[in-house]
Amino acid sequence: MTATTVPVYTKKDFQTDQEIRWCPGCGDYAILSAVQSIFPELGIPREKFVIVSGIGCSSRFPYYMNTFGFHSIHGRAPSVATGIKLTRPDLHVWVATGDGDSLSIGGNHTIHMLRRNVGIKVLLFNNRIYGLTKGQYSPTSEFGKKAKSTPFGSLDRPFDPLSLAIGAGATFVARSVDIFQQHLKETLKKAAAHQGSAFIEILQNCNIFNDGAWENLTEKDARSEHVVQLQQGQPLVFGKNHEKGIRMKGLDLEVVTLGNGVTEKDLLIHDEQNPNSAYAYLLSQMELREGFPAPIGVLRAEQAPRYEDLVASQIQDVVSKRGRGDLGALLQAGDTWVVK
Amino acid sequence: MVTRTTDFRERKREVIDKAVIRFCGDSGDGMQITGSQFTNTVALYGNDLATFPDFPAEIRAPAGTLPGVSGYQVHFASTDVYTPGDAVDALVAMNPAALKVNLADLKPNGIVIVNVDSFKETDLRKAQMTSNPIEDHSLDAYRLFPIELTKLTRTALQELGLDAKTMDRCKNFFALGMCYWLYNRSMDATFRWLDDKFQGKPLLAEANKRAMRAGYSYCEATEAFQVSYEIPPARLAPGTYRNISGNTALALGFVTASQKAGIPLFLGSYPITPASDILHELSAFKNFGVITFQAEDEIAAVTSAIGASYSGALAITTTSGPGMALKTEALGLAAAVELPLVVCDIQRGGPSTGLPTKTEQADLLQALFGRNSEAPIPVLAAATPGDCFWVALEASRIAIKYMLPVIILSDGYLANGAEPWRIPALQDLPEIPVHFETNPDGFLPYSRDPQTLARPWAVPGTPGLEHRIGGLEKQDLSGNVNYEPLNHERMVHLRAAKVEAVAQEIPDAVPAGDPDGDLLIVAWGSTYGPVTAALKAQRAQGRRIGHVHLRYLNPLPKNLGEVLKRYRRILVPEMNMGQLVMVLRAKYLLDAQGYNKIQGRPFKQAEIEAKIEEMLASYSEQSAGARR
Repeated sequence: MTATTVPVYTKKDFQTDQEIRWCPGCGDYAILSAVQSIFPELGIPREKFVIVSGIGCSSRFPYYMNTFGFHSIHGRAPSVATGIKLTRPDLHVWVATGDGDSLSIGGNHTIHMLRRNVGIKVLLFNNRIYGLTKGQYSPTSEFGKKAKSTPFGSLDRPFDPLSLAIGAGATFVARSVDIFQQHLKETLKKAAAHQGSAFIEILQNCNIFNDGAWENLTEKDARSEHVVQLQQGQPLVFGKNHEKGIRMKGLDLEVVTLGNGVTEKDLLIHDEQNPNSAYAYLLSQMELREGFPAPIGVLRAEQAPRYEDLVASQIQDVVSKRGRGDLGALLQAGDTWVVK
Repeated sequence: MVTRTTDFRERKREVIDKAVIRFCGDSGDGMQITGSQFTNTVALYGNDLATFPDFPAEIRAPAGTLPGVSGYQVHFASTDVYTPGDAVDALVAMNPAALKVNLADLKPNGIVIVNVDSFKETDLRKAQMTSNPIEDHSLDAYRLFPIELTKLTRTALQELGLDAKTMDRCKNFFALGMCYWLYNRSMDATFRWLDDKFQGKPLLAEANKRAMRAGYSYCEATEAFQVSYEIPPARLAPGTYRNISGNTALALGFVTASQKAGIPLFLGSYPITPASDILHELSAFKNFGVITFQAEDEIAAVTSAIGASYSGALAITTTSGPGMALKTEALGLAAAVELPLVVCDIQRGGPSTGLPTKTEQADLLQALFGRNSEAPIPVLAAATPGDCFWVALEASRIAIKYMLPVIILSDGYLANGAEPWRIPALQDLPEIPVHFETNPDGFLPYSRDPQTLARPWAVPGTPGLEHRIGGLEKQDLSGNVNYEPLNHERMVHLRAAKVEAVAQEIPDAVPAGDPDGDLLIVAWGSTYGPVTAALKAQRAQGRRIGHVHLRYLNPLPKNLGEVLKRYRRILVPEMNMGQLVMVLRAKYLLDAQGYNKIQGRPFKQAEIEAKIEEMLASYSEQSAGARR
């Protein structure tokens, strides 16, 4: 398929006639808009896109995308998507999922898809709550969270989705925020360009059941103090006046203030291709600690063979060595005898 | 061809029409290999046969103990064989535990070959025996052959420079060599197998060959056996045959279906006894374009298959009861999105983990009804190991033609049991037409073929057919999410009508035996063998009995209700608590009676015969009573 045969699309070409049934003010609208904006720019025929989802608010996503779409069952989108990719490696398969769908009921499929490096883009809408079932705590809810099912506070220690993905061997791990439209689109485009599993945690606001879950990171005044934007080859700098940075201290990180002999040269230079995934893991854990910012951007981008390509080439390899299978010979294989 | 041994000593050679032999020993003694080699050899010679491998769930239970006993039974004959045999003519027991577990099945005056070297004090203690049966006359009712299998094998192999442990591992081949002499069989096929098996390890191939030859020569030289047996080839239908197990037959059936349909085969599977062999077999057929995906769990196995089906593959998933339970929700999804899928449930004893290596038929109701809400699915059951091939083809054909999931029920007995299978000619195989929708004009994802009610198979990547499907209720035709009450009811009826539509091409039930009479046996699955054998024997005694063996359990053959009315009584033997009988009673409002065996073992012919006699006797008593 050459680029010239791909029609020129606009955002509208990826919208459906279905009435969108998310609550007014839901962060999902912004994510939908970002995806519909970048798909026309990817140079991919529309029929080659498949959006697969599980169950939850985010999993309604396929109905609103004018591509092929499969709204499957709770937690199983990664395995449905894996079956699609193994059968048709040429398709562009995106999974829309939530923190309950992909980290709780579907946690097993998520980690196994990531370790295999199946060429699937995963959009994890993380709002730290179960929305569609009306407000129970989720596996990313903070310890002590008071929700419908935890009137006295949750006793569960939460998952950090980025750490989990890195630990599972994901080759592309990134994070963005629903309302950071420009950043979100750039991150999605980078994910689209990645060969292999791309895991994107999108911090998303559920204004009904968990409003303001991320306001610490999204409020204009707080943003620069609490977020560090990762940029390949650039030092890790944050703060209202770019006055703070992050540098290595032994095997750990520390926050430093620039000046008094501390310059940008002392700071960590972001390398998403760092061969040691411990680096990305350190970044993913920062925000859990007092005084550290939350990273957004691409934490890790490693080149590795895609699973579906390995599966296809193994088949080709066996065919070239043994020849294409002959059904008659297969049925007659082994010891046979003739009855006259 | 087979080379015959000439017996220069002119010992007696009896020509008989059938024999049942059972090899038994510790699960590390190689009894499954010994049995399957013997099977292969008698099959190649042209006997009809049936086998019953019976082994523990533990890979190596403590050596010499009762739970560690593994057995392999072969029934071979010059006549038709339907079962592995109720009782054993010759028993090879490698240790006291094996003897203790299996002796009850040996016929009076039957042959019992034991390895005396493993009947020492400690061996007897492990088998919880207080005295040595070789010496205490408890085996006087049998023809006992105490053989120093370990010692003789070591002697035969002494020049090869192997350690004792390796030499002792060859003693099963010494026993096999003895049995080849006993039944006048050539060792050639097993020689070939050893060469193939131990490619690159010629010393081990040689050791096993020497052990086998030594066993054969031992019988010839020592005159231990005064009689050997000859079982002439069976008169099977003309054709080329091979020996086949149910799991192999399923694997071949699916490759064949994929080739006939012209679409790739995708297997999503998670290892589970007794289904794993299908995964092993199919993973070797990559040159047929077969994609095998060993998933992280049973749910991923079935949902990856659904994804593959959505993308245009012949998608299958293979499992056993516990895995079937895990796949339940996904089967509902497959029914709702109306995509072709074949699910193989190789049943085993339950509930829960149950008896992983033992057979049972207790997943019928799970297959028929085990999903939330109204989610009917066609269910087919294989009757014999070789029939598994045809059922795989038929299930694939139905799934694709009607765009729905289909369940195949096999069981542990069919999966591991073997029989001669007539290899079909390629031109005799059914075509499996596939039509992928490509026309965007007026495309509606839930429009239907008027005859089959199938919706179009519109795979991703097809320009202009972009659409959404999912587990939420769909609007008729458009497939859009829809919660309207009457639409839902209509869709429930449509999905059910589609399954019922399969009945339009199911062959009528034609009873074997008498077309009407005193008793009809209705059975399904692996009970085919013992029921067929029992029917034959009972009809030979003048009883008027028929047998309908159901391949299609949902939907049932259209004429079944009419057939059932032609007999005075209906007997439904099943290896469960009475599942098919419940369905028949509910559907046809008749007094069918169950006969149930839930022991992890197949029915014996004699058990079915006794039940037939009991039912007919109580019937004549009743009618006699009515006359009085």
